[in-house]
Amino acid sequence: MIYEHSRTGRRATAQTNPEMAELSDIPDALLRKRPAGLPEVSEMQAVRHYTRLSQKNFSIDTHFYPLGSCTMKYNPRACNSLASLPGFLSRHPLAPDTHSQGFMACMYDLQEILKHVTGMHDVSLSPAAGAQGEFAGVAMIRAYHDARGDTARSEILVPDAAHGTNPASAVMCGYKAREIPTGRDGDIDLDALKQALGPQTAGIMLTNPSTVGVFERRIKEIAGLVHEAGGLLYYDGANLNAILGKVRPGDMGFDVIHMNLHKTFSTPHGGGGPGAGPVGVSQRLAPYLPVPMVDYDGTDYVWLTEKERPDSIGRLSAFAGNAGVLLRAYVYARLLGRDGMHRVAEFSSLNANYLLKRLMEVGFDAAYPERRASHEFILTLKKQAKELGVNTMDFAKRMLDYGVHAPTTYFPLLVPECLLVEPTETEAKEDLDGFVEIMRTIKQEAETQPDLVKQAPHTMPVRRLDDVRAARELDLAWKNDRNAQPE
Amino acid sequence: MSDTPKELRYAKSHEWLRDEGDGTATIGISEHAQELLGDLVFVDLPEVGTNVEAGGDCAVVESVKAASDVYSPVTGEVIEVNESLDDAPETINEDAFGNGWMFKVKLDDAGELDSLLDADAYDALVAEEDH
Amino acid sequence: MPFIPHTEDDIQEMLAVIGVDSIDTLFDEIPDELRCDELKAVPAGMPEMEVSRLMQTRAREDGQPLCFLGAGAYDHHIPAAVWQLTTRGEFYTAYTPYQAEASQGTLQLLYEYQSMMTALTGMDVSNASLYDGASALAEAVLMAVRANRKSKSGRILVPRTLHPLYRRVTHSIVRNQGIELVEVGYDSKTGQIDTSVLEQYTGEDFAALVIPQPNFFGVLENVDELTEWAHTNDMLAIAVVNPLAMSILKPAGEWGENGADICCGEGQPMGAPLASGGPYFGFLCCRQKLVRQMPGRIIGKTVDLDGKPGYALTLQAREQHIRRSKATSNICTNQGLMVTAATIHMAIMGGEGLQHMAAACHGNTEKLSQALCSLPQVESVFDGPFFHERVLKLPLAAKDALKALAAHNVLGGFDLSDDYPELENAILVCATEMRGEEDLEQYRSKLERVIAAQVQTPCQLKPDW
Repeated sequence: MIYEHSRTGRRATAQTNPEMAELSDIPDALLRKRPAGLPEVSEMQAVRHYTRLSQKNFSIDTHFYPLGSCTMKYNPRACNSLASLPGFLSRHPLAPDTHSQGFMACMYDLQEILKHVTGMHDVSLSPAAGAQGEFAGVAMIRAYHDARGDTARSEILVPDAAHGTNPASAVMCGYKAREIPTGRDGDIDLDALKQALGPQTAGIMLTNPSTVGVFERRIKEIAGLVHEAGGLLYYDGANLNAILGKVRPGDMGFDVIHMNLHKTFSTPHGGGGPGAGPVGVSQRLAPYLPVPMVDYDGTDYVWLTEKERPDSIGRLSAFAGNAGVLLRAYVYARLLGRDGMHRVAEFSSLNANYLLKRLMEVGFDAAYPERRASHEFILTLKKQAKELGVNTMDFAKRMLDYGVHAPTTYFPLLVPECLLVEPTETEAKEDLDGFVEIMRTIKQEAETQPDLVKQAPHTMPVRRLDDVRAARELDLAWKNDRNAQPE
Repeated sequence: MSDTPKELRYAKSHEWLRDEGDGTATIGISEHAQELLGDLVFVDLPEVGTNVEAGGDCAVVESVKAASDVYSPVTGEVIEVNESLDDAPETINEDAFGNGWMFKVKLDDAGELDSLLDADAYDALVAEEDH
Repeated sequence: MPFIPHTEDDIQEMLAVIGVDSIDTLFDEIPDELRCDELKAVPAGMPEMEVSRLMQTRAREDGQPLCFLGAGAYDHHIPAAVWQLTTRGEFYTAYTPYQAEASQGTLQLLYEYQSMMTALTGMDVSNASLYDGASALAEAVLMAVRANRKSKSGRILVPRTLHPLYRRVTHSIVRNQGIELVEVGYDSKTGQIDTSVLEQYTGEDFAALVIPQPNFFGVLENVDELTEWAHTNDMLAIAVVNPLAMSILKPAGEWGENGADICCGEGQPMGAPLASGGPYFGFLCCRQKLVRQMPGRIIGKTVDLDGKPGYALTLQAREQHIRRSKATSNICTNQGLMVTAATIHMAIMGGEGLQHMAAACHGNTEKLSQALCSLPQVESVFDGPFFHERVLKLPLAAKDALKALAAHNVLGGFDLSDDYPELENAILVCATEMRGEEDLEQYRSKLERVIAAQVQTPCQLKPDW
């Protein structure tokens, strides 16, 4: 804990002038009585402390990280260094257009590239993450219906396998979320969909390939049914990596989409963000896109704001979203180019299908064995849990001991004891083979010495944590009275 | 042999209800429900004085990995809540049918009680869900 | 093939295992008529060297002007160690700490961040970040509506002294839930919330009052009085604060008798570069009793099987992945990396270091303001106390003045005439600790020339960088 290195009077002497400027013009009643209880440490202590903390993390740069639905692929270093050029870092968000043409050119180009790869009519880059993109998308659906006076539409349909953000986003836009079951083959239950559709349907939110890792084959039919009922189709871009350059959401019949640039366009996940969730729309929804956007008038790049786009659903962050993330995605798109883009889908699918086959050979059960895997697939450890008493969480924890970040566990909720595995295109065959061997070993351990697996991990900085205590006896901050006199 | 108390009535959504015989009823969640949820870490109770409807959600029980709405089996006014659950939600895990009670309702219509399940019917429901 | 390691042999072996003869077969479940062309409109790929040349040219185009613009994003010094550590691969390329045992670095860092933010704001708890200051306010408003069970109206009092972009963002995000933002005017003399307007609302049903400190004009509000007024009228008090200002100002948790209920704001001054507006991070703190209404990730300290301390995501039942349509928010990914930078920044600066930094900014802005007010017909607009930002009135249209200054490669401030036309030719200026005496003098002399020239004839200067 950084506070344990803290001593009163140990100041950041290299960072500030020795004399503190006057504050005498501010009335006493508005000033704080003593400095905030932040750690007072030397720069070296801070550097050492945070370097050591970093070493307690798994990351793409250090470990295989097949976390399903998250697309943990290599984040090219060039994206970081080129987005961090001094001209980009020092640009004030409210700088005039005369001092912004370089940045705006990148944003405009990125809008164009994203339009083409998704087959949408227009793109706005401003949403700060996938969930904010979802919010923007559903808000546009609502704005569209409202503008037509079609205000009786009150429901957004979501598959039962959907990511939790889908129903949560629908509710933030004032809609009710209604679940549609998934069929046994992993595709949506078409009869249930037909029954749910009606004059109350505002739209449907779908991921394709879906969260169960397979391509929704009857998407055209679904689009027809939803449109016929007067609803719109929302594409959750969580799994865009699987189809980049192969099939476009616009061609499938979607009216509005979001993309997760921190997945498909390889911007870093940063320990939980920042991401970027640009939205794309068909022509009829274009007026409602969130602002700001960038336009090109033939000579200059110009901002489009509330003034130029009065029907916009508005602004979702004070400035232009996560600009630095967008720059990284732009660099990535230019490095890959059109050829590189469909290779993303090709090799992420090759890796996923290969890994699935190998794991099935080892004796693991696929949740949808008769289906082609997309860029990810689901294993179900129902058999192991029942016969050996070793469940998915135990397998996941044991993988950490073998130096692999666990896949996504217990999502989607409808497959019992599931692991959602996404190897991504940037892993080499030998790394996939290594993972297969690890899974084989853990399976043997589960059969011969189950306690070893059930007690895992054994080699991490901590063993399994008491989540119940964390929630019952909330300790969410170092108590300030503790940092005056550390033990 | 089932431990489901015979003197209580049950809702399909896994709440139990005790008819206090004075126009009020005490409500909690069943042993089976607490088992499914696992270690409870928080209980969000309705406020005294609010009106609840039969089948309407009026409380939430939370474990580490799940949160579940609790539905009132009957219509009426909340007249008391079990405040000790604020500090000790685990009471429900330990004694779901006793000290783990959640709230008391003044019944609008005592006739509603007839539509609830008895212990045998509830046990049958649980057995069916297990399959 | 950029970033794809497969050799031809690898590909053949892998296809053989799968039992297909080409990669294309892997897409055979996609109906043929949906397959797209070769994306001809997307440019061809380029090697890193060429992309590098392109980006260098574009970055240079933006000119790195001398910046006196604040208005919610501030040009502060960032210790070199902050981003060198933050971009370590173990922080930069990890994800949300779902596997706690393999993520103790990020988890402990977030717990430290929560500790520092509560220390800075004087609040009980902090979440692990939201997208930015404006969207954090929107979440605070939603939170207040859920938490204030005495209020049924879904109405929130929002002063015009709050950043106009924050008001717009909040409106965009909350309006579909039937929440109404009611604006409160300001006192034209002091630049503070007009308490006589507020008095008219006494006894009415509002879920919360939003209190900015400092406000958008840089003016300090009478936070004690405002917090008391809100509480007396059964409203929650939502503080919107600059975290750097919190290092010297009375923390939100100590406002009035009982403190503000929710405190949010823009974290950018804590280690995030200006970078065109993002990524920054929003922070959100509250009183203990509101913690279950809070959106976003929260980290708790606990113990492992051996009783050893460790850190884990907690109170997850509030969140979308468990609670789905009943979650406190749809937020999932937040701004983790920016929080990493902020935590390291606060650790290196310490409470005293931040006070020095804040005081230096404040002193610089005061000097700039005096220098500019020495010019003919330039005057300070409000007489209320301020922090590190001031509203000045010019003898010419703010737009013209700022355009001419930009042509001299000086960003002279924020034009207030669109959002506050009643202030006429007013601009908002800020001189952070990064601006030296010579920079201030440059601004003064350039403005002097601009005034002299523009008061007579319009200026036709081209950019001179």
